[in-house]
Amino acid sequence: MMNAMEQNINHHLTADILMGYAAGALPEAFNLMVATHVSLCDMCRAEVESYNAVGGEMLAQEPSGDVALAPGSFAATMALIAGGAVDDAPVARVAGSILPGPLQDYVGGDLETVKWRGIGLGVKQAILPTSREASARLLFIPAGTAMPDHGHNGIEMTMVLQGAFQDEDDCFVRGDVEVADSDTHHTPVADIHEDCICLAVTDAPLQFRGLIPKIAQRFARI
Amino acid sequence: MNKDGDKRMLWVGHMIRIRDDQDQAAFAELFQHFAPRVKGFLMKSGSDASLAEECAQEVLATCWHKAHMFDPARASVATWIFTIARNRKIDVLRKQRHPEPEDLAWGPEEEPDQADVIALQQESELLGQAIAQLPAAQRSLIEQAYFGDLSHSEIARETGLPLGTIKSRIRLALERLRHAMK
Repeated sequence: MMNAMEQNINHHLTADILMGYAAGALPEAFNLMVATHVSLCDMCRAEVESYNAVGGEMLAQEPSGDVALAPGSFAATMALIAGGAVDDAPVARVAGSILPGPLQDYVGGDLETVKWRGIGLGVKQAILPTSREASARLLFIPAGTAMPDHGHNGIEMTMVLQGAFQDEDDCFVRGDVEVADSDTHHTPVADIHEDCICLAVTDAPLQFRGLIPKIAQRFARI
Repeated sequence: MNKDGDKRMLWVGHMIRIRDDQDQAAFAELFQHFAPRVKGFLMKSGSDASLAEECAQEVLATCWHKAHMFDPARASVATWIFTIARNRKIDVLRKQRHPEPEDLAWGPEEEPDQADVIALQQESELLGQAIAQLPAAQRSLIEQAYFGDLSHSEIARETGLPLGTIKSRIRLALERLRHAMK
């Protein structure tokens, strides 16, 4: 089961993010972004696997004499094996959903399961359960609607799942990720043809310009 | 293929015997080699010895149970075990879920092309050599990124780390993976 690979992805994750995923150094929300993007993007998948290989070589080069196993370690492991595999398989994922598998795991189902909350101008969001160092949320932006202009304290990554959006410089379609940092001030606008659904992750609260968005921000946790 | 390359193919052979024959002798050798390294990795990541021991046993048990998932055209045995250990580290030490990408449609159900397997294993060997030849300070930085507690922003500040030759090896590995994915 999997989504058809998106052939039109032009905006990818950065090398430090992909390496951070392989090294296990990212906040959970960023890991969710990487797993979701890689589900649609062969190029970034291969790059993650290459960075995994760096970890594998580091492990292979660990001196073995440094660490002793506990007595009976092997027997204990064989007992674990005899006890059977822990079933950690994720709940059944829906094929052909606009939500790639890792996102379905966090939503707890397909798109109709998402608990949207309006945050003004028809824009809706659903915050996903991740650790607190960074946050992940789904955004629903009606076709043709502008997101409030906002700056960033940290890194923000926004990946298109449905529809498309444009900012001053570029157009982003399904699978594309916009990576913004504290120097970025932009006004993304959802494409007119279809409502836009995105996954957005950030390691800092967004700063909205203008009073109303600021008040909304306090209540909407964005 | 040189001696180290042969060793990689040997571990691949062990995994296949574990998968196909539930070969305990092959598993015992794999365990003796990798379990202390996994334990050391977890201790460097901040685990105490008894938790690291417990996790290392679980990681190696997972290698047995998931032997059918190992694809030698995409990863060396060390790389595959590293990813299992890394995920366990996130589960147990950070108490977080580890989101996994969807599997590729061409899963490891089909036996991979032997030429692809050898090419990938050789490539990982060359990557290993490139890492081993790094100046100590640079190698230590990579070790901190993968084993220690270098945060993502610290990794980013090192702008991709002083990878040099490693990066060119990664690019080659990337090309191979892309080829294998076609």
